[in-house]
Amino acid sequence: MACSLAKVLPCETRIPSSDWDCQTERAEQMKYQLKINGEIRSVDVEPGTPLLWVLRDELGLTGTKFGCGVAYCGACTVHIDGYPSRSCQTFIEDAVDSEITTIEGATDRVAKAVQAAWREKDVVQCGWCQSGQVMSAIGLLTENPKPSDEEIKEYMYGNACRCVTYLRINEAVKLASRKLEA
Amino acid sequence: MTVQISRRGFLIGSAAGSTALLVGLGSNGVLAAAGEAKLAAALNPFVRIDASGVVTVILKHFEMGQGTSTGLTTLVAEELDADWEKVDTEFAPSDGSRYANLMFGLQGTGGSTATANSYMQYREAGAVARDLLVRAAAQTWGVDPDSITIERSILTSGPHFGHFGEFVELASTLEVSSDPVVKTPDQFRLIGNQRLHRKDNSNKTDGTAVFAMDIKLPGMIYAAIARSPKFGGSVISFDDRDAKQVGGFIAAQVLPNKAGVVAFAKNTWSAFQARDALSVEWDFANAESRSTFEIVSAQKALLDHPQFDVNHDISLSSVASTIASAPRKIEAEFTFPFLAHAPLEPLNCTIAPTKSGVIMYDGCQFPGLSHPTVAAILDLDPSQVEIKTLYAGGSFGRRANPMSDYNAEAAMAFAVSGRKLPVKLVWSREDDLRGGHYRSQTAHRATIALGAEGNITAWDHRIVTKSIMKGTAFEPVLVREGIDSTSVEGIAEGLYDIPNHAVGLSDFETAVPVLWWRSVGHTHTGFVMETLLDMVASETRQDPIEMRLAMLDPKGTNQARMISAINLVRMMSGWEEGDKRGFACHYSFNTCVAVVADVSVNGKDVHVNKLYMAVDCGVAVNPDIIRAQMEGGAGFALAAIYRGEITLTDGEVDQFNFPDYELLRNGEMPEIEVGIVSSNAAPSGVGEPGVPPTGPAVANAIFAQTGTRILNLPMTKAGFNFV
Ligand code: FES
Ligand code: FES
Repeated sequence: MACSLAKVLPCETRIPSSDWDCQTERAEQMKYQLKINGEIRSVDVEPGTPLLWVLRDELGLTGTKFGCGVAYCGACTVHIDGYPSRSCQTFIEDAVDSEITTIEGATDRVAKAVQAAWREKDVVQCGWCQSGQVMSAIGLLTENPKPSDEEIKEYMYGNACRCVTYLRINEAVKLASRKLEA
Repeated sequence: MTVQISRRGFLIGSAAGSTALLVGLGSNGVLAAAGEAKLAAALNPFVRIDASGVVTVILKHFEMGQGTSTGLTTLVAEELDADWEKVDTEFAPSDGSRYANLMFGLQGTGGSTATANSYMQYREAGAVARDLLVRAAAQTWGVDPDSITIERSILTSGPHFGHFGEFVELASTLEVSSDPVVKTPDQFRLIGNQRLHRKDNSNKTDGTAVFAMDIKLPGMIYAAIARSPKFGGSVISFDDRDAKQVGGFIAAQVLPNKAGVVAFAKNTWSAFQARDALSVEWDFANAESRSTFEIVSAQKALLDHPQFDVNHDISLSSVASTIASAPRKIEAEFTFPFLAHAPLEPLNCTIAPTKSGVIMYDGCQFPGLSHPTVAAILDLDPSQVEIKTLYAGGSFGRRANPMSDYNAEAAMAFAVSGRKLPVKLVWSREDDLRGGHYRSQTAHRATIALGAEGNITAWDHRIVTKSIMKGTAFEPVLVREGIDSTSVEGIAEGLYDIPNHAVGLSDFETAVPVLWWRSVGHTHTGFVMETLLDMVASETRQDPIEMRLAMLDPKGTNQARMISAINLVRMMSGWEEGDKRGFACHYSFNTCVAVVADVSVNGKDVHVNKLYMAVDCGVAVNPDIIRAQMEGGAGFALAAIYRGEITLTDGEVDQFNFPDYELLRNGEMPEIEVGIVSSNAAPSGVGEPGVPPTGPAVANAIFAQTGTRILNLPMTKAGFNFV
């Protein structure tokens, strides 16, 4: 297939005195269609690309964050068919038949209650983990509208916060739960 | 440190048809005001008020979560009596002449100084704007300025009322009065307000806040760097045959300083894949090739022969005989591991060409250092480099470093790419944890002589650590006669009265780069000092709180503040004689924090139930942010003391990603109660001071319950599990 370098970085604009080779023997790029936040979006990427990087680099949905790439921090949490999932370990080919919701598309009643509670409790610090925290909290309250303290801690365990905002996260989940009940 | 505030009284022109009022520092360093048309070249402001009445506060400090975007905004809004909902924030450009940190003389954030150094400057800017608006309204309405009051951005006098925007045009033509008056504390409505919400809590909960890593520019290419697996190694050669199999790979190139090979690709994922596929031959001649156990023994050996006597008047040799003849002694040796900052947004930096030079997009903590570094690497005049600061996904010290390491890497990558296209350098989590700039591995040894009454008669204290400041721009200020003050802070300049307190220091040499890590030297000195005092208290059967109070002279300003914090935490926790909880307190960044830790121990299983924390940080500008920083600081300390360590085997880092450098998790966080000592003194730092006393309070509580002293961190070394 054609070298995409030509599109991305015309040879004459590259390094002076460089012996970079324009031809790489690359894998085929493929066209994929994704259902994201209720819209059909098409992307051209290499097979095996994690959904995280498709969202961030190809589709400009940068509310979903990269923290570890190994499904260990939760910063990249999105909903796939309604369930919180780690987009860094979800490969593009496995996402094509699913409904994907990112923080940008989290607008239902539960999402609104969670975000309002997050603001009332001033949960955020740096904020990098918070899209993921919010997506997980929406998942929790959708499945279990009145979680106990222990259930909150267990459900949210996989969402790491380096700024350590957990006390407020848990308070906000409980507040959102009360809001939903009202 | 004292803060110098420039006086006002100078007006930079004005423009007919101004659409905004701007207040900032003029070219002579005094506060000035102007209409917008004139402003671009003349003035980088602190405050802008537009014709619709919206107040924008321009933040000279970046936001890494510490709350400064709310704090500085509070200061301006307070003086203006602005409607909090109608105040926006914007990060300042790089301009050291207007936006320098008054404690460093350079534009930058660190050392928990953001509120402290801005407190009068941002209030005065708000007061200048208020005075101009009031006089403009008085002139318009033909009333006495003293008759005008402001409520939520609305000026009122008798029957007249109007919002800020209606007066900005006239206000920007008035002369700045010689001495606009800031409020007295009894007039505060926003400073100290418990219910003020963070300015960044909407955009950080709906995904719209723009962080550096979120930048995407037309034609942008992505870069990842293969760095030496041993610190201090350099590239001999590389082979990119396998990288060429990676879809999206563009090319690879050695960095000009030979510290790594950069892989360019058309997205981040491809850049990581291609970088991982490079095979690089390294020269390890100058690299660190030791393992952690060898570094520990090398440090312990240096404890025997300190290089420097830190206290001039009391040398180690002068206390030797008192110690030798003491009836009772306490001796202890402590070791601390390397620690990574691990901000959750991995480091990244984008550099793009502009007409006249480049623009750098970064969660830029220290424009005053990054700006000249990037200009020099690209052989540009600093005026050709523009910096766009964006939200930073945490830092804990990592984004500020004297070498501007990742900014420099991005500049080198941009240079070797041919300078035609925007280049975004991204670090993976593995790059971050294995990339150095750690809290230094450190060893302490103390010998404390006790007299017949159990009183301390002499103290021989020795520290071995790598200097953070030597060889950096901070050396002239922070290194005196060879002694890096950040290696000994918290031991050498504590608040306690300790007779015959001698402190020795040796610099440890290693190619592993070290850096300030949330609370700098206090990360280890606080733990050591507060553990040792607990040892003295238990050896001499004194109450640990009473003993410390007796060592603090209430005539000293900071000692008196610490006494208040201790008394507050004692009251909050209901501390009693013979209490089985742990106590520690520490003074750092001009703030006093005292902590009581309540833990349960079952065999080797430790559960921290609750921390009581009392803080004296001067006037509490945003009490809820102070509480949040105490909570965050405590949690940050717990992750480190429980299990945080970066270790080396033959010079290579053993850890890769979060599975082997575990952060504190939800469910591991104890309950925390924070008390704030009420004060009208100038504000001091809150980002870091919660860290140092937390670890020793927990360690002292574990001792109270088990009789086991924890001297080597992390605590998992002593066989404890945290449940
Ligand atoms: S980035 Fe996906 S879990 Fe960390
Ligand atoms: S708010 Fe910073 S990582 Fe969670």
